[in-house]
Amino acid sequence: MTDMVLNEAKQAVLSATDADAQGVCPVSNADGDCAILVRDLHVYYGGFRALKDVDLRIASRQITAIIGPSGCGKSTMLRSFNRMNELVPTARTEGQVVFRGKNIYDPDVDAVEVRRRIGMVFQKPNPFPKSIYENVAWGARINGFRGNMDGLVESSLSHAALWDEVKDKLQQSALALSGGQQQRLCIARAIAVRPEIILMDEPASALDPIATLKIEELMRELARDYTIVVVTHNMQQAARVSDSTAFFMMDEDRAGYLVEYGPTRQLFTNPHDKRTEDYITGRFG
Amino acid sequence: MSLTGWSKALSEAKGLKTGDLPEGEELKRFVERRHATGRVWHAVFLASTMVGIIALSALLLNIMDGAFGLVAVRNRVEPGALAIDGVPLQQLSAEQLVTVLQTHLSAAVVRRLDSEQPLAGRSQAELYALVLDRVVSPEVLKAWTLGQSLFGRAEVEQIMAQDFPDARLAFRSWLNPDLLRNTQSSVPERAGVRTAVLGSLWIILITVAVAFPTGVGAAIYLEEYARDNWINRVIQTNISNLGGVPSIIYGLLGLVVFVRGLEPLTSGTLLGLSDPTTANGRTILSAGLTLALLILPLIITNAQEAIRAVPRSLRYAGYSLGATKWQTIAAHVLPNSLAGILTGTILAMSRAIGETAPLVVVGATTFIAVDPTGPFSKFTALPMQIYQWTARPQDEFRRIAAAAILVLLVLLLTLNALAILLRNRYSRRGY
Repeated sequence: MTDMVLNEAKQAVLSATDADAQGVCPVSNADGDCAILVRDLHVYYGGFRALKDVDLRIASRQITAIIGPSGCGKSTMLRSFNRMNELVPTARTEGQVVFRGKNIYDPDVDAVEVRRRIGMVFQKPNPFPKSIYENVAWGARINGFRGNMDGLVESSLSHAALWDEVKDKLQQSALALSGGQQQRLCIARAIAVRPEIILMDEPASALDPIATLKIEELMRELARDYTIVVVTHNMQQAARVSDSTAFFMMDEDRAGYLVEYGPTRQLFTNPHDKRTEDYITGRFG
Repeated sequence: MSLTGWSKALSEAKGLKTGDLPEGEELKRFVERRHATGRVWHAVFLASTMVGIIALSALLLNIMDGAFGLVAVRNRVEPGALAIDGVPLQQLSAEQLVTVLQTHLSAAVVRRLDSEQPLAGRSQAELYALVLDRVVSPEVLKAWTLGQSLFGRAEVEQIMAQDFPDARLAFRSWLNPDLLRNTQSSVPERAGVRTAVLGSLWIILITVAVAFPTGVGAAIYLEEYARDNWINRVIQTNISNLGGVPSIIYGLLGLVVFVRGLEPLTSGTLLGLSDPTTANGRTILSAGLTLALLILPLIITNAQEAIRAVPRSLRYAGYSLGATKWQTIAAHVLPNSLAGILTGTILAMSRAIGETAPLVVVGATTFIAVDPTGPFSKFTALPMQIYQWTARPQDEFRRIAAAAILVLLVLLLTLNALAILLRNRYSRRGY
C-alpha cells in the first residue's frame, strides 16, 4: 500500500522533473521563473517524520496555495521555506530548498538572512505589543535600514491597505486594532523588510468573512510584487486567490506527502488524482 | 466525517432512550444537588481565606499590643523643680538651660557634651531636649501592653499606687521618632534602630545589585540558550532545589567563602579602604553577598517563569523578520517579561530583608552604635536587632522589639511599593 502511494506521489512530481529539464516551472507565470525549488525534502520532529519526499517548484510573483487535511504537513512545508522549523528543537531537515540558486539548508547559509528575504505571516495575528509605527519600523531597523523610516512605514502600511485606517494613530498600541487590521499590520511588517517571498500560514482563519475578504484582495494585490505561498484550510479561498495549488495528504505513518500540484483551475475542475478529487469534493478530510 | 455521517449520528441521538438522562422533577433535584456541592466548596475556600486573614490580624494585633501601652515613669528631677524665678523650664533662655545642665550634671559629662557640639552654640530647643533627656531623665519603671492598658486600667492603677507611688502613669508609643533617630543602647528608653535600618538598607542594596543581574542572566541563558540535555536538566533541578535549602546553610557557605575565604576582598583591605590591623570579613559586603546567594535561586526560577510566559508567537514574529536570537530576546522577550521578573525580584527581596539566620553566622554584630558608612563597615540588621531585643529579660526591650517589627514592616512595604511602581512603569511602556 505504502509503495503504491509512494509511486503515485512520484507520478505527481514527474511533471515537475520534466519541467526541470526545460528550466521552467510546471506552473509558471509570464516570465516562467521559479522562486523556490524543493528537492527530496524530508522533515522530522524527533523520530517522527512529518514530511516525506517532497519535490515542488514555487513560481515567482504568483500565489501558490497549499491545501490538505489537518496534520498533513502543510505548515511544516511552509515553515521549511524560511527555516522556521529550526525553532523547534527536535526538528531535522533533509533534502534541498533552493532559493536564488542556493540551498538554504547549506551549512554556509545563515537562517537570519534567509528570513529577511522570505518573510512570514502567521495564523493568529501576532503584532508586537508596541505602537503601530514601531511594529512596522522594528524589522527594518534591526536589518540596518538607513533610509527614511517615516516613508517606509507609510509605504508599507499603504501596500498592506491599512494606511488610511491608522495614519492618525500611528503611536497607539497595535493591540487596540481589530483582528483583521492586526493581520494586515503583520503583512505590512513583513513587507517593510522588502522580502521576495511572503509565506502565509492560514492568514485569515482567525478572521471574520469581511476581514478575510480584505486579506484575500490584499494578497492578489501583493502578488504583483511578491511571491506568495499560502497554507489554507479553506478550499474556496485557495480556489479564489491562488494561481497554483499543491495538495498534501498523509500516509499511514502520518507522514505528509505531496499528492498533486498544478494550476488551481485545473486542480479544482479536473484533478488528475482520485484522492484530490475526493478531497475537494468533500468526500473525506 | 462527511455530511451523511453527521445526519446518521444525529438520528442516533434522537433515538436516545428516555430515562438515560434525568428529566422533570428528577432533573430539578439533580441540578440542585450539583449546586449544593458547589456551595460546599465555596464555603471551604472562604474558610481558608478567613484563616489566613485571622492569622495575619492576630500577628498585627500582637505587635500593636507590644508597641503601645501605659508606662510608669519616674523623673529623676521633676521639671517643676527646675523652674527659675517662676519661669517654667520650657520657657527658659538658652543660657539659663546651660546653667541648669552645669548644676545638675557632673563636670565630665558637661565637658563631653560640649566637645560633641559646643553648648553655647546650641539652640534653645536643642538644649531643652538635652535637659529633659539628661537632667529630668525620665525612667520607665514598668510597661504594660496595649491590651492591659485598655482593659485592665483599674489593675494598672492599683499596681501604680502600690509599687510606684512616686511615679506617674503615661501612655507611651514605643514607635516614635526617637526610635528611628537613636542608635542601639543598653537603656531601653534611649535605644533605637537607626544603625540596624541603615545596615539592612546597605545589605539589601548589595544583595539586589548582585542577585538581580546574575539571576536574570542565568534565567535568560537557561530559557533561551541552553540545550535540553542532561547536564542542563541537572543544573535546572538543582537550582529549583536550592530555593528550598535552609537559610542557615547559606550562612555557613557565606562564612566559609566570603568572610574567611575572600577576607581580603570583603574586609576592604585589598582595595586599601580599611585599616588592615582591625578589619575582618564580617562586613556588610559579606552579608549582602550571602543573601544574594540565598535569593539567587528564587530570582532565577521566577525570571524563568516570566520569560517562559512570553508567547512563542512573539518570538516567531521577531525571527520571521530576520532578527537574530539576541535581537528577538532584547526587543521582545525581555520587555514583555520584565514585569514578571520584577515581581519575582520583589518577592525575593522581601525574603532577604527578613532573613536573620545567615546574618548570625556571617557575623552581624548585635550591639553596635556606629552607623555603617559603606560596604566594608561592621553592621547589624533590623531582624538581628529585633531578635536580640526579644531575647533580653527586661519587658521594655520587648516593647522596643515590637516597635522595631513595625519599622521592619513599614520598610518592607516601602521597598515593595517602590518595586511595584517600577514594575508598573515598565509594563506600561510595552503597552
